[in-house]
Amino acid sequence: MYVTLRDRPDDAGTSRARLAVRRVSATVVLLGTVSLLTDVSSEMVASVLPLYLTAVVGLSPIAYGFLDGVYQGVSALVRIAGGYVGDRGQRPKWVAVTGYAASALSRLAMLPAAGFAAITAVVTVDRLGKGLRTAPRDALIAAASQPDVLGRAFGVHRALDTLGAAIGPLVAFALLAAVPGSYGSIFVVSFAFAVAGVAVLVLLVPDLPTAAGAARATLREVFSEIAGRGLRRPLLAAALLGLLTIGDGFLYLLLQERDDFTARYFPLLYVGTNVAYLALAVPLGLLADRVGRGRVLVAGHLALLGAYLLAALPSSGVGGTLAVLLLLGTFYAATDGVLAALVSRLVAARARGSGIAAAQTTVALARFAASVLFGLFWSIQGPRPALLLFAALLAVAVPIAAWLLRGIDRPTPATLPGTRPGGVPA
Amino acid sequence: MSGRVGGLGPRARLTALAVVLLVAFLGAGGYVWQARQELSAVGATATGAPTRDDLTVVRDVPHLVFRNTALGADYGRVAMVPLSAPAGPRAVTDAACERVYATRDEAICLSADRGLLTTYRARLLGPDWSVRRDLPLVGTPSRARLSPNGSLVATTTFVFGDSYANPGQFSTRTVISRTSGAVLGDVERFPLVVDGAEVTAVDKNLWGVTFADDDRFYATAASGGKTWLVEGSLAARRVTALREDAECPSLSPDRTRIAFKKHGDLPPGRWRLAVYDLATGAETLLAETRSVDDQVEWLDDTRIIYALPRGGAGTATSDIWSSPADGRGAPELLVSDAWSPAVVR
Repeated sequence: MYVTLRDRPDDAGTSRARLAVRRVSATVVLLGTVSLLTDVSSEMVASVLPLYLTAVVGLSPIAYGFLDGVYQGVSALVRIAGGYVGDRGQRPKWVAVTGYAASALSRLAMLPAAGFAAITAVVTVDRLGKGLRTAPRDALIAAASQPDVLGRAFGVHRALDTLGAAIGPLVAFALLAAVPGSYGSIFVVSFAFAVAGVAVLVLLVPDLPTAAGAARATLREVFSEIAGRGLRRPLLAAALLGLLTIGDGFLYLLLQERDDFTARYFPLLYVGTNVAYLALAVPLGLLADRVGRGRVLVAGHLALLGAYLLAALPSSGVGGTLAVLLLLGTFYAATDGVLAALVSRLVAARARGSGIAAAQTTVALARFAASVLFGLFWSIQGPRPALLLFAALLAVAVPIAAWLLRGIDRPTPATLPGTRPGGVPA
Repeated sequence: MSGRVGGLGPRARLTALAVVLLVAFLGAGGYVWQARQELSAVGATATGAPTRDDLTVVRDVPHLVFRNTALGADYGRVAMVPLSAPAGPRAVTDAACERVYATRDEAICLSADRGLLTTYRARLLGPDWSVRRDLPLVGTPSRARLSPNGSLVATTTFVFGDSYANPGQFSTRTVISRTSGAVLGDVERFPLVVDGAEVTAVDKNLWGVTFADDDRFYATAASGGKTWLVEGSLAARRVTALREDAECPSLSPDRTRIAFKKHGDLPPGRWRLAVYDLATGAETLLAETRSVDDQVEWLDDTRIIYALPRGGAGTATSDIWSSPADGRGAPELLVSDAWSPAVVR
């Protein structure tokens, strides 16, 4: 069932990046394309939504931000459900299709939606769709990839995903420039991109069973798989690190308070981080396959620590700002896809979606708590002391996480039915 | 590919994909093309609102300055109507602004340079609507005010980008400058005193300035989820809270009352207009029950005016309404297809 483009022996001359893509399953590239198209679609809308709400619907942007936190929580719970349903039916593709289709339809629903309640309802549907599809999609990536190239497979997927996130706002602003004030055009074009994504998923991505031949996992089995020995320490480490990972919005806020240049080009801060993430996702995925996913995951948090310390400096000019963005991009490249790659090797194939969902939800909830806590410290003590406190705690947490994750890349074959023993290639 | 998806062979699947992509992007392209056609049709016929050419005549009588939002070629331009005939034809200037405020001698115009990265500028315009001076501006423009004699200018911008995705986070920057060019500073750095104690929390924000004279001003201060109406002094470099739950104040021409929007126990993102009597501290809710997210303006000592987006999806149109300041009566439409009003007496 694998549809792999393997490098032939005579391919020695090809570049490493090309090699990396070539050794990744076509299914992964297709899923990356689906994510690219969907991210173009969602970021088109996301980038103009505050403008639309304030300029056309007449709402305060603060009202939008207020409810956003609530949706994050809902999305996290739906994510677990998506992982479990994908595992249970052993057809994660169709759960992912449901999630992508829900988000696509929400674009079209933006057209008649007017008023705060209607728009928040539409945005909620989009978030629910995103929550539902993430884990089954990652389970598909894992099912389509050889265990020893999981890191690069997730790296390739996340790079394509981020590329879509970068293209989306450009398409939106090009449209607004061509047809000023026509937000309807943005929603309709966004819908077209989302439909294209769903079509690629439905028509081209093979309906891979995640655990061929195995008995269906019951809720109890999935639960024991998630709460079992294999995942306990990585989940603990992810929660610990997540609790000290503040939203990058806070860092951007600090950066823009330091100098007017950064404040003026504020929207570019997100772009800078995304460019670094895009560039590093595949190389760090490769590195994770080579030296161990746990190690790269932990080292990524050292980059985050560096970003905290650099952002806490009184001022370090444009160079300092760029360095913070590079470190943040490194952090995301070393953690997001790598975590999924790490976890998908630690649970049985039939509970893989649930396992990935559990890890991602743990991280999402821990990071949400971190942002709330950090916001609290920020308002009591000021941004710099709060950031230095989190940096100090992170410096303590990183070695603990490293200890928790020691040897995690060499699991015993017995705990891994359906996967190839051996783990890290030389 | 060996796998069969949905019972279709590889060729059928690729054909189906091509059909879906074609339909999706032709459909979307058609929608955009039609939207563009409609826009240029509106521009060609300019049916939006009747206009007049005698700019200087309007400028010499008491008049209302606003951003014209009638769809067409003049969309986004600054326009004027005499106070004696607000619903009549409008005189449209060449200046394009997102927000505008004016006195007899000058206007402050917050405008956008649209591109891949939209940046904004603040400019002072002379009586002929030509640019006199660029003022420093950082972030997305939100509010702009001039002092009554035109010597001071205040601009409020959102500096935390376009994203409020992290809960409880937004940041404003409110800068007061002399119209001669000297920057007096970010009033957010002034000490904020509430009930005799200084608020030192760093989530402090201050926005929506309205000037009393060359030194005193009123504004909104916020911290820890609360907002206050504050009175400030540029000479003393401090702001003091007068009352809680009041945003975007606007001082009446006789300087006895302040109109503002209050949140009360309304759902998030909704406000009610009210008037606060500076001498007695009495609060009067206005007859306008729709949510107004704007810094209101006084038409005269008895009526306030404000812009409301017009209902309906996809429209970028708004109207200016008036309401009696004593809470009686009912809101009335003053100028259609208009935004960001300023009264020049």
